[in-house]
Amino acid sequence: MTDTLWIGTRKGLFSLRPRAGRRGWKLAGPQFLGHIIHHVVQDPREPRVLLLGARTGHLGPTVMRSLDRGRTWHEAAAPPAFRKAAGGSAEARAVQRVFWLTPGHSSECGSWYAGSSPAGLFRSSDGGERWQPVDGFNDHPMRAQWAAHATPDGELLHSILVDPRDPQHLYLAISIGGVFESSDGGASWTPLNGGCAADFLPDPDAAFGHDPHCVVQHPRRPDRLYQQNHCGIYRLDRPGRRWQRIGTAMPRKIGDVGFPIVLHPADADCVWVLPMDGRTVWPRTSIEGRPAVYVTRDAGESWRRLDRGLPASQAWFTVLRQAMCSDADARPGLYFGTTAGEVWGSTNGGESWRCLVRHLPEIYSVTYAA
Amino acid sequence: MPCTVRIASPLRSYTAGAATLEVRGNTLAEVLSSLEHSCPGIRFRMIDEQNRIRPHMRLFVNSSEARELTAQVAEGDTVHLICALSGG
Repeated sequence: MTDTLWIGTRKGLFSLRPRAGRRGWKLAGPQFLGHIIHHVVQDPREPRVLLLGARTGHLGPTVMRSLDRGRTWHEAAAPPAFRKAAGGSAEARAVQRVFWLTPGHSSECGSWYAGSSPAGLFRSSDGGERWQPVDGFNDHPMRAQWAAHATPDGELLHSILVDPRDPQHLYLAISIGGVFESSDGGASWTPLNGGCAADFLPDPDAAFGHDPHCVVQHPRRPDRLYQQNHCGIYRLDRPGRRWQRIGTAMPRKIGDVGFPIVLHPADADCVWVLPMDGRTVWPRTSIEGRPAVYVTRDAGESWRRLDRGLPASQAWFTVLRQAMCSDADARPGLYFGTTAGEVWGSTNGGESWRCLVRHLPEIYSVTYAA
Repeated sequence: MPCTVRIASPLRSYTAGAATLEVRGNTLAEVLSSLEHSCPGIRFRMIDEQNRIRPHMRLFVNSSEARELTAQVAEGDTVHLICALSGG
C-alpha cells in the first residue's frame, strides 16, 4: 500500500496519497512553488525525516529537511559546498545543484550522502543539517579526468549506493564519468566500468568516461547491481568486475536506452525499465510515441512489454532517472512521472497503468515514502 | 557603517518578509556577513563557496553594479540585492 508519492518538479514539490479504499488519489501542494526540486528522499531509519535537494533559477542550491513527514521544512544550516580553493586555482568549484540524496547505513543514524553537479560527493552526519565534502572523491587526483566529459548541464553525480552489509562499501555514478567503488568509506575510489559500452568515446575499452544513467543495488542481495546506461542495460554480480549487457535481450526495435531502472523490493531477479528513443539525434521520448515499461523476472535473460492502459499512440513521454519508483508491496506498485507533468501508476507490478495526475510542471523525481 | 539593504522578493523568506534591512559594513563582504548573521542561510543563496556572486544575482551599491565583494560601502549607501531571472 502506497503511503505517499513525493513529486519533485521544476516548479515545486507535490505529493500524492491514495484516498480511502484506494479510490483515486489526492494531490497536495505545491510546496516550494517556483523552486526546482531535484530529489526527495525519506530516511528509512527515521521515517518522519525527509530531505530534498532544491534551488531556484537565480538562487544557489540547498537542502531542505522535514522532521514531520513533509508537513514543514527548514533549510540545512550548511548545505553541500566544495572547499574554498587556493587563490588562482583552476579547481574553484561551486555546487550548482544538489542532484541526488541517499541515506547512510542503517547503523549510522543521521548519516546522509549527496551528489552534486559539477560532480561532487558530500556527507552529513547530523541528519542533513550540516554537510562536508568527501575529500577522498572530490580531491581524488583522477577526479578531473573521471568527470572530464561534462554534458551541457554539467556532470551529475548520482546513484550513491551504501552496501547494507558494510557502511564503508560505497558506489557512485557520474553522468558522464562512469561507476566508481570505494571500500573504505569514500577515502579512495576505483572505476568499475568493465563490460560497459561507451560508443561516444574513441576507446571502446575505456576504464572510465561512461554514462551510467541510473545504478541500483538490491537491498536483500547486495552483490546484485543493475545499471541503465546511455549505452544499454547491464547487470553485475559481485565480486565480479565486468558488467553483463542484459539489454541485448530487449526487442531490437525498442533497444535498451533509457533513464530509470527500478528494483523489485523482494525479488533480485526482477527489474523494470522504461525505454526511450536513442536513435539518430536522441529524441529521448517513448519509442514511436507508444510508451511502454519492460520487465525482466529472470535477471535480464528475457523482457516483457507492459503497456496496458498507457497511450497507444502519439504519446511522447520522457521519464528522467529519479522519476520512476516502486513501493514496498509484495506485488509492488510502480509509478513514473513525465517531463510533461503526468504521473502514471500501476498497482499490479506494471501489468496495467492509469494516469494518476496531469498538468504538473516538468517532473524530475518521483519517490515513495512509507 | 550603517547602510540600507534592499532585498529581492525571492530572498525574503530569509528576512521574515522584510523588503529592506539596516545592517553595518564597510565593504560588500562585510554587509553580506552582517546580513547572514541576522538572516542565516541568505548569503549562500547569492554567493558561492568560492566567494563569487552567483550568475543570476546582481548586487549594486547605490546605482553602481558591484562585481566583487571588495566593493566599498559608505554610511547611508543603499545595497540592492537583485535576482536576474530569465526564461520560463
